[in-house]
Amino acid sequence: MSWDWKVFFQDTGGGQTYLNWMMSAWGWTLLVSACSLVVALVVGSIMGIFRTTPVKALVWLGNAWTELFRNIPLLVQIFLWYHVIPSIFKGLQAVPDFVAVVIALGFFTSARISEQVRAGIQALPRGQRYAGLAMGLTLPQTYRFVLLPMAFRIVIPPLTSESMNIIKNSSVAFAVSISELTFFAMQAQEETSRGVEIYLAVTFLYFISAFAVNRVAAVIEKRVQVPGMIGGGK
Amino acid sequence: MKLHSKTTLALVASVFAITAYAQDSGTLKKIKDSGAIVLGTRESSGALAFTLGDGKYVGFHTEMAEKIASDIQKQLGMSQLKVTYQPVTSQNRIPLVQNGTVDLECGSTTNNAGRQKDVAFAMTTYVEEGRILTKASSGITGIAGLNGKTVATTTGTTSVQTLRKNKRAAGMDFKEVFGKDHADSFLLLESGRADAFVMDGQILAGLASKAKNPADYKIVGEVLSVEPIACMMRKDDPAFQKAVDNSIQAMVKSGQLAKMYDKWFMQPIPPANTKVGLPLSDATKAAWANPNTKPMEEYALP
Repeated sequence: MSWDWKVFFQDTGGGQTYLNWMMSAWGWTLLVSACSLVVALVVGSIMGIFRTTPVKALVWLGNAWTELFRNIPLLVQIFLWYHVIPSIFKGLQAVPDFVAVVIALGFFTSARISEQVRAGIQALPRGQRYAGLAMGLTLPQTYRFVLLPMAFRIVIPPLTSESMNIIKNSSVAFAVSISELTFFAMQAQEETSRGVEIYLAVTFLYFISAFAVNRVAAVIEKRVQVPGMIGGGK
Repeated sequence: MKLHSKTTLALVASVFAITAYAQDSGTLKKIKDSGAIVLGTRESSGALAFTLGDGKYVGFHTEMAEKIASDIQKQLGMSQLKVTYQPVTSQNRIPLVQNGTVDLECGSTTNNAGRQKDVAFAMTTYVEEGRILTKASSGITGIAGLNGKTVATTTGTTSVQTLRKNKRAAGMDFKEVFGKDHADSFLLLESGRADAFVMDGQILAGLASKAKNPADYKIVGEVLSVEPIACMMRKDDPAFQKAVDNSIQAMVKSGQLAKMYDKWFMQPIPPANTKVGLPLSDATKAAWANPNTKPMEEYALP
């Protein structure tokens, strides 16, 4: 088969080239991923912490949240947020598509992050929690100054994977009509009949996006390591 | 050793496909030597080509392809011809025809100038018209009525491009939403997230006929795009192309093609025994009367 990379300079019929469109699609992919990651990190950390507290109600809430969002396939969750919930609560039809997908992807990933944060906290010797409390720190202070600084360092590697996953999972946003990279690929290959070129370019963009996240995380991991302690023993 | 018969067939077929292709001989020779023809078909292309599940493929173009295969069998004087079906998608159909996996693809492939660089087309047998489906109560009667509305269409179809061009030409402002498949797009219309659904006429007619209450939906307004749909085959194989075209022309002359059209578009069809209810269009009639392989680019909007 013959290559035709000039396809990216064709006009889409809407006053821009396919290259322009792909770049804007890339922007949407990054925007969806970044917003979902913020939601996932915040909610996931809170739920993960809840699950390690001595307060039964919080543990229950954290467990319920994690199991709910981790046991339903992502595409089904997107469908629920986009089609089912707005048909029950009519007012939610006005919620923009972008918000729906950020909530869906953010909550889905938050369940996974909650599990990792819980594992990080539970990996610490129980004595640290007791020591903190014995020093006269309140429970929130014990978390803030004793447990979390070490727990988060431990879970940086799995969190890196999760952050890279979120970029790849953001491809489901095409299902709610966000014109991100996967949407662009499906649409542009049909319009131009040059599927191989289009998919190769899109694959490359996904790769460098995820790899950039990986490199940033590696820098963070190195910066925050504590010599002689967990995560700093390399 | 007893291999699964389907696997054996597939293996034999692919071995023949590879050798036949390596020898660079025509498709007719390949069919004669292998005693088999591989028809490319679609799983869900409205009444043109669809599956009933369980490896059964039916539809207007599928039935036509079966008739072409039996005509080719007669032409080659073969006592037996094994017809196998290979479902294809819009992403893989061209590579599969090019690499010899599929001999003749009759589904819903638009004949356009870009594709003519890679493959050859039989004479146009169906002219698809892009239309607007809306709720009967919406008050929309044409493209002008879409101003300020939300319009749905399906990702990965040429209708997205049609919509984009129309929007630009008319200087209109409407919001576009994209379903991930036709059923999803229809749900957008049904649930009120979209006011209209722009797509190929026969797909719209088919979806509306299967709705909870078909009378709630109406195809309205002008034809937005015209696309010739034709069977696709390997390039530079005039003997095979001629055999296919002759078979189709004989079907046109004998009225058999019109009968097939009536069967799939006007009568109740499986699986739900609903009628698509889309009469033969003037554009399709014209394509039958004057056999041609004009690409989409040469069709002017009516």
